[in-house]
Amino acid sequence: MDKKYILKIKNLSVSFTKYEQGLRQTELDVIRNLNVSVREGELVAVVGSSGSGKSLLAHAMLGILPHNCSAKGNILFEDELLCPERIKKLRGKKIVLVPQSVTYLDPLEKVGKQVRRERSDASVRIKQEELFDYYKLPQNTADLYPFELSGGMARRVLLTTAMMESPRLIIADEPTPGLHLDAAKKAMRHFREFADQGNGVLLITHDIELALEVADRIAVFYAGTTVEEAPVADFQSVNTLRHPYTKALWRALPQNGFHPFPGNQTYVKDMPSGCAFGPRCPQLTPECKGDIKEKTIRFGTVRCIHAV
Amino acid sequence: MILEAKGISFGYKKGLNIFENFDIKMHSHERVGIAAPSGFGKTTLCQILSGYIKPASGQVLLDGEDIYSIKGYCPVQMIYQHPKKSVNPRLRMQDVIAEGDGIEDRIIEGLGIERDWFNRFPSELSGGELQRFCIARALGKRTKFLIADEISTMLDLITQSQIWNFLLQEVAERKIGLIVITHSTPLMERLATRQVILNSQSVKDNAE
Repeated sequence: MDKKYILKIKNLSVSFTKYEQGLRQTELDVIRNLNVSVREGELVAVVGSSGSGKSLLAHAMLGILPHNCSAKGNILFEDELLCPERIKKLRGKKIVLVPQSVTYLDPLEKVGKQVRRERSDASVRIKQEELFDYYKLPQNTADLYPFELSGGMARRVLLTTAMMESPRLIIADEPTPGLHLDAAKKAMRHFREFADQGNGVLLITHDIELALEVADRIAVFYAGTTVEEAPVADFQSVNTLRHPYTKALWRALPQNGFHPFPGNQTYVKDMPSGCAFGPRCPQLTPECKGDIKEKTIRFGTVRCIHAV
Repeated sequence: MILEAKGISFGYKKGLNIFENFDIKMHSHERVGIAAPSGFGKTTLCQILSGYIKPASGQVLLDGEDIYSIKGYCPVQMIYQHPKKSVNPRLRMQDVIAEGDGIEDRIIEGLGIERDWFNRFPSELSGGELQRFCIARALGKRTKFLIADEISTMLDLITQSQIWNFLLQEVAERKIGLIVITHSTPLMERLATRQVILNSQSVKDNAE
């Protein structure tokens, strides 16, 4: 446990400024008091539903939030504060993003040139060809334009782009939907190998099954905050999980009953005080409206006063 | 009812067909799962089966009638993977729903669509919320076959199980035939009564 931290996020909050009516502005807290850390050699998955603010987390780390967004809290990269100047120097080199959407590719440039970032030295070209082989992309893919790729191929192209530099931390934002299982597992294996070499991976995903296969720890994200952080082994049974939301996720897996937990995630603007899961929770009590502190149970953390 | 594809061939480039003489036949009481690697042309196949694309040769038949000769509402409806790409961004959700064939309130409630969402534009909803509308829109009165192309890939587990539990019940009650495309083996095993596995060997390359 004394491995060096590559990434440490402490009490991160992200809020949007939005015009309500006329010139009246409101602040919407999209991410609240989020804590995640990645140590050397670790692959940490952040798992959460759509609309929970997962992509914003990645964008906050890279300093590419929209202009009406502000972030509070501390992000430490290799024990040093990640300030806007530093992130500008590091992103794309030491910290790389594998984005969610295939629309991040430039539609007007051939794939090979994009992956090489317009460089044509022999070494860069060789590395690109090796990576294409690794991801089973035919070498002639380099001469295609992004619109000629299938969804799965486009994702593999995004992966090769990230691997071209020698990064220290990969932030993978939903890198696998649309990939068939073998390719998804392979992409995950590549992330795993990368972590095993002493680097860090933060995998942001909704695909808990895939996360379970490769991650060391899983942070469960709900309505803008981490409700539980647990070692992967705890997900083998519903009894070792801590938070009611994590338990509902587990039961919704096709192989664990496919149980449809009712309700929708509360909107940010209607967020209740206290526990964000409260309105859907079967264990709701008046105390849940209060301040919910993070507590540690069996090598994991949880934000639920009823958790044991 | 029977949905049948007979000897379908199709390619985007001349002389390079992505499938050649493809056959499939299914009854409306079946739920057929199709699995194939990425880039195979699964989405194209779905578009052919639901009458969006005409194959280069071969026919898609619905109870023996060519699907392209059907006038008006197509009884074979397709739901796409990316809901954002399959709704008009300038229509409010109430108008998106109105594009369907008389969507009943029962369906809207069953899919967990809230009345509050009707007045919004597609960009004001999350992917999961939007996908519920796309599914509702495809469940019109005259729908006989439903083609679901990776419809829950972008969704979280709870939304996925909510949507599928409703859909399974709906297709069973109305005897709608279902074609499911998914990469997830456990999900496929839950959903399909029969599986068709396609691989690159069945794809012929005329250029070589």
